Amino acid sequence: MSNGPSRRTFLRGAAAGTALVAGAAHANTPDPLITEVQPWASGFGDGVDVTPYGLPIEYEADVIRRNVEWLTADTISSINFTPIHALDGTITPQGCAFERHHSGAIELRKEDYRLMINGLVDRPLVFSYADLERFPRENHVYFCECAANTGMEWAGAQLNGAQFTHGMIHNMEYTGVPLRTLLEEAGLDTAGDLSDKWVFVEGADASSNGRSIPMEKALDDVLIAFKANGEALRKEHGYPVRLVVPGWEGNMWVKWIRRIEVMDGPVESREETSKYTDTLEDGTSRKWTWAMDAKSVVTSPSPQSPITHGKGPLVISGLAWTGRGAITRVDVSKDGGKTWETARLAKPGEKMALTRFYLDTEWDGEEMFLQSRAIDETGYVQPTKTQLREVRGLNSIYHNNGIQTWWVRANGEAENVEVS
Amino acid sequence: APAYADNFGLGREALPEEIAAWDKDVSPDGTGLPVGSGDAYTGEEIFADKCAVCHGDFAEGLGNWPKLAGGRDTLDREDPLKTVGSYWPHLSTAWDYINRSMPYGDAQSLEADEVYAMVAYILYSNDLVDDDFVLSNENLADFEMPNADGFIIDDRIETEFSKWVGEPCMENCKDNVEVTMRALVLDVTPDVATDE
Repeated sequence: MSNGPSRRTFLRGAAAGTALVAGAAHANTPDPLITEVQPWASGFGDGVDVTPYGLPIEYEADVIRRNVEWLTADTISSINFTPIHALDGTITPQGCAFERHHSGAIELRKEDYRLMINGLVDRPLVFSYADLERFPRENHVYFCECAANTGMEWAGAQLNGAQFTHGMIHNMEYTGVPLRTLLEEAGLDTAGDLSDKWVFVEGADASSNGRSIPMEKALDDVLIAFKANGEALRKEHGYPVRLVVPGWEGNMWVKWIRRIEVMDGPVESREETSKYTDTLEDGTSRKWTWAMDAKSVVTSPSPQSPITHGKGPLVISGLAWTGRGAITRVDVSKDGGKTWETARLAKPGEKMALTRFYLDTEWDGEEMFLQSRAIDETGYVQPTKTQLREVRGLNSIYHNNGIQTWWVRANGEAENVEVS
Repeated sequence: APAYADNFGLGREALPEEIAAWDKDVSPDGTGLPVGSGDAYTGEEIFADKCAVCHGDFAEGLGNWPKLAGGRDTLDREDPLKTVGSYWPHLSTAWDYINRSMPYGDAQSLEADEVYAMVAYILYSNDLVDDDFVLSNENLADFEMPNADGFIIDDRIETEFSKWVGEPCMENCKDNVEVTMRALVLDVTPDVATDE
């Protein structure tokens, strides 16, 4: 089933790579792309009325979300994956940012949108979409990582590509209103001592996706967001309004959010009992594992992004993130963790946001076991999968932030492996 | 209240009917349950009609669809079977989730008594009650689930964080590196080739 993809991708790339390497040294014959006038240098391109809202050029057609059919019973309550192997920087284009629905991506017009705040508040309120746009706004960049990202890899190397092993993630600039503002609009005197209070949040879709959030977090940095990367949320990401819960597992980022209830205790809904609880080796399970721990992955080279240019300068590139603050450092190993070099952060790490790292290196054409290791501002060092399994066993499903290894062969092809 | 004198005056007061229509969550102590009841025997008929096509006649699950029964004492095994009976800590969650989100594709179509009956049937399928068991808003919160004590609050800060903090090894960190697992051997990745 899968010997096709990487093989073909690789062979195509290798052929081009050989030509490029030869060309880089010196050219014997003039390059007709230079010496002959090309059509684009002579005639017209498209007019400005051709594309009112554009899509990527056709040559980027493989930079798309992908589904793994066998993971779920159907595509309605399912997941797809961001093509992180092909992206750079940190902002995820919305059109290929992963989706996770429990009863499909619903269509909810702004005119039909209502947000209710009820429970232990002074005044239960109903807001229209237009009301929300009249509150003072904030802008923040945050990652949304599914709790199950890398979950298929708990028992071993399974899926061959960073998109599949680490692509349940996106990172966007959100515009929205602090949840705190809306809670204060409804009034929290009735709630009394806020330290032991909770909010229950649920979506307008059939699954509802209800989750309980402690009041401390709700009043801290949770956003009611209506814009992402400058424009309205995409339908599949919660249009017109979603919850943004910085650093915490993606399930809590309730989409199409319709109700917020201030409560005395957690509801212990399906999504925080049956699901999003993490079973340990002894059969007990952790609940309320909200924060996503420090994690990283090399996005290139990787199985879907082989080395096609031969020996010489090589950019090793990847992403790091942590739900407990900012990334302060990323180390990269080319020998499976025997030795490490500290990579260069493209920009200083931002709190609860993706951070891009680069290791600019020379490839001698030998095989490599590429790994990356994130360190965050709390001093936490991303563990190996072995370390995680020693504490948790193999059945946690969620929160796999173990170090990833890519086996890069002498031919430039890369494979998802685990090493001793 | 003076503390909110400076609010924005946006939104409008929610009406009781509106709150009743949307606020349907049920907490472990039974808060939120409507008055009603149903027995396992009745639940079996409803289940056969509305649920068995995915979840099986005995709630055992068909194909890849969730199993709702079975799996007792498997949580510490290699492939734990997590069902309402083997895993779920509170019965309130089953009532709440079925009431709000099931049947899949036709959610919020059940009457309260139907939900009570169906939850009773799921308990019966898990060998936790007899078929004449009647579940109601009176006794739901008191029903003790087998795995009620099976959960601990996130303890990563104590059990993991302290181990994995500090300056990590940079050189001579291990003697040898051997491949122990390969994704290509499993061969379950979708074909991502773009046939040009």
